[in-house]
Amino acid sequence: MDRAATSEKIAALIEPFNKKGIAISDATSFAGDLEFDSLTVMDFVAAIEDEFDIIISMNQQAEIETYGQLVDAVVKLKG
Amino acid sequence: MTDLFSKFDPLIQMRTDLLSTGVTDPFGLVMEKVISPTVALCNGRETILLGTYNYMGMTFDPDVIAAGKQALDDFGSGTTGSRVLNGTYAGHKAVEQALCEFYAMDHAMVFSTGYQANLGIISTIAGKGDYIILDIDSHASIWDGCKMGDAEVVPFKHNDIEAMEKRLKRIPEGAGILVVLEGVYSMLGDIAPLKEMIAVAKKYGAMVLVDEAHSMGFIGPNGRGVAEEQGVLDQVDFVIGTFSKSVGTVGGFCVSNHPKFEIMRLVCRPYVFTASLPPSVVATAATSVRKLMHAADKRAHLWENSRVLHGGLRERGFKLGTETPQSAIISVIMPDLERGAAMWEALLHEGLYVNLARPPATPAGMTLLRCSLCAAHSAEQVQTIIGMFERAGKKVGII
Repeated sequence: MDRAATSEKIAALIEPFNKKGIAISDATSFAGDLEFDSLTVMDFVAAIEDEFDIIISMNQQAEIETYGQLVDAVVKLKG
Repeated sequence: MTDLFSKFDPLIQMRTDLLSTGVTDPFGLVMEKVISPTVALCNGRETILLGTYNYMGMTFDPDVIAAGKQALDDFGSGTTGSRVLNGTYAGHKAVEQALCEFYAMDHAMVFSTGYQANLGIISTIAGKGDYIILDIDSHASIWDGCKMGDAEVVPFKHNDIEAMEKRLKRIPEGAGILVVLEGVYSMLGDIAPLKEMIAVAKKYGAMVLVDEAHSMGFIGPNGRGVAEEQGVLDQVDFVIGTFSKSVGTVGGFCVSNHPKFEIMRLVCRPYVFTASLPPSVVATAATSVRKLMHAADKRAHLWENSRVLHGGLRERGFKLGTETPQSAIISVIMPDLERGAAMWEALLHEGLYVNLARPPATPAGMTLLRCSLCAAHSAEQVQTIIGMFERAGKKVGII
């Protein structure tokens, strides 16, 4: 799956967690713009992991602050 | 200069706001005198203790006290040294032997606190390239153990067997796996489906660590905890426990049947680089652990207390953390921090101490009044407690 297709899938998965309907770009930050708390992060990460059949460990999550970084990480994890 | 304390400003503001309402600081209580395992003097007033972890009421046991005094006389006030240097006395070996017998396991290693036991064992056994799969509601000491080590850390939704299995399934072939679970989760007082979870963990070749801090002494036929109760203790690779709850003093431990377990004494930094427990502490712990092996009557009374309080509070309209009483912890869910603090204060005025628990210690941002029962609470005290809750709840407008 290429970056664009991955990005599209992730964008769809964000929808239910994007309570304020923030416009998503690669620079959108999860903590700052989307105001994800730790529980939301857990549910959202689980949704991504299930969709792509990958593990995003807490160690990897610590490096992911923005939407663009998440898409890159998922592309890399899918190999 | 950037003030390094500015990161605490939101919390400072939250506390200032709460205290400006005139409520007593819920985190500033001082016990002036402790009268028994269930009663203390707070603000000059006799207060029933319902927020300690003194589940088995061992803190004033005459044999326990006598052992501590004797050890003070015979061995002095402290060891001033690490377990691996000059800090291992006869008492340390004796309490480890008592633990081996209590759990019927081959090895026991005593740490200076329960926090350090989790910190040390988890950070040491799960290294780079290994995976730790843990429940999201795990205790701070488990999370800190994960953070201190180099393993990949993967949490799953609380007590969710399917979520756990999905993560185990995705771990790369050949990687070492440690699954970390707790017997009793101390915020809501709920227990884990260890039988099912451990079966899944074993299917994927994981080693299993279970923290039984809040179950020792009264859950399971021999008080060994939830894993024993569910018949899977022999499947658990590492049991973590504490002396600061049912045992009634301070200290932590890990028991295991792993044939190479003793090497931990040399490689586990929170064990090596700290002073060992004072002789009086290990003497009280050893005496208490041995007495807990024969405490069936106290155990039965504690369960009776738990059932009566759970039923009584439910009947009066309080929202509780569990549908049924699953442990010695009964958690009362508060609508918000303000009313939780008001309720806590109203109970203190009634002469009852409970724990006010709030995020980040609590799951899902809840404010809880956590009640932990003691085998030494009398049936009358439990009825008194229910009456206090009813009056305070009406006063604050929660029921």
